[in-house]
Amino acid sequence: MNGVHDLGGTDGLGPVTREQDEPVFHADWEKAVFAMFPATFVKGYFNLDQFRHGMERMHPVEYLSSRYYEHWLHSLESHVVEAGAVDRDELDRRTQHYLDHPDEPLPGTRDSDLVGFLETVMAQGASARREASGTARFSAGDRVRVGDDHPHGHTRRARYIRGKTGVIDRVHDAFIYPDSAGNGHGEDPQFVYTVRFATTDLWGPDSGDPRSCVYFDVWEPYLQSA
Amino acid sequence: MSTMQSPPPVAASYPRSEEQIAARVKALESLLIEKGMLTTEVVDRLAEVYENEVGPHLGAKVVAKAWTDQAFHDRLLADASAACQELGIGGVQGEDMIAVADTDTVHHVIVCTLCSCYPWPVLGLPPNWYKYPAYRSRMVRDPRAVLRDDFGLELPDSVEIRVWDSSSELRYWVVPQRPAGTDGMSEEQLAGLVTRDSLIGVGLPDIP
Repeated sequence: MNGVHDLGGTDGLGPVTREQDEPVFHADWEKAVFAMFPATFVKGYFNLDQFRHGMERMHPVEYLSSRYYEHWLHSLESHVVEAGAVDRDELDRRTQHYLDHPDEPLPGTRDSDLVGFLETVMAQGASARREASGTARFSAGDRVRVGDDHPHGHTRRARYIRGKTGVIDRVHDAFIYPDSAGNGHGEDPQFVYTVRFATTDLWGPDSGDPRSCVYFDVWEPYLQSA
Repeated sequence: MSTMQSPPPVAASYPRSEEQIAARVKALESLLIEKGMLTTEVVDRLAEVYENEVGPHLGAKVVAKAWTDQAFHDRLLADASAACQELGIGGVQGEDMIAVADTDTVHHVIVCTLCSCYPWPVLGLPPNWYKYPAYRSRMVRDPRAVLRDDFGLELPDSVEIRVWDSSSELRYWVVPQRPAGTDGMSEEQLAGLVTRDSLIGVGLPDIP
């Protein structure tokens, strides 16, 4: 989708603002949102690409003006509601309850197996690398163009590389294809390539820095021979 | 004045207050606890892992080893996840890592323009500036100016800047050059010089 999340090359968003001695989490609610990700992910309510797409579907005003973990919260909420695991009305009522009674404690349920399980999930990870079917169509050194499609759903084909020409730097294995998995259509593994783009090819001969370049990973269906 | 003077309002007003967000999160948290998916102990433990155990000190340890052990350096550049696993370092968002090494003529820097992909096992969770729009929008468009103006890192024009936009599940990070004047330093001392910013590529290691 042509969303506001696709920020590469956007002007006018100001300088980078850095916080001195920034904490890992700025508030307790951020810790809770962080933990909700693996807790609901393991239930199969969404995959990683769908989780990203959930953030992309925020209203642009909200996306640009909210705290980072609000993005996670937005996606988590939409996925657990769509999966039927949480009722939106109940969530709204419960929110009002805690606004009225902010000091009321959370349920004190204990489950040591769950702690160990989710800690192991985080420590082990899960690769998106998959068995390839067939062979990679392109080789290192090939000149390629990124197709100029503008799909409506989830994609990692950033706008600033669409229609641009670069050179294959590395050929990788096949990985889950976000344009399929992120839109609920299965993993459909595709070969991944790292493509090197001259910044002058991305931004033009006057605006690009002739001594810098961008490496961007693409899935094979994005590419055409150039 | 016409009622259409402004565009239609969005669903809510932003930014939301901390109280509003805290109540919303607490509501969702309580429902997930009731359904057996979460406990407050899970929240505390996972936060503790990324506050105290997984962070840029791990990436620093890997780099210090690479600086002192050429064979490990070569393995790190060939397969960063496998090399890190030798030191017991790995996990979610680091399943398929690629380390890129700076030289006298090439400087690397990482970004994620589409979200905020970051190699958690070696760098921990990203700082806000890495996730917020300014950095994500400008690093691919004008890297030399961003490094100079926003991070105080002035690179000679002769140095090529390579920006790695982490658009796939491959997680890139930077092996900075070993600073001069560090001969004879131990691996542990060297690790103390490797900053988080140098692993992202927006800074250089400290100088002893």
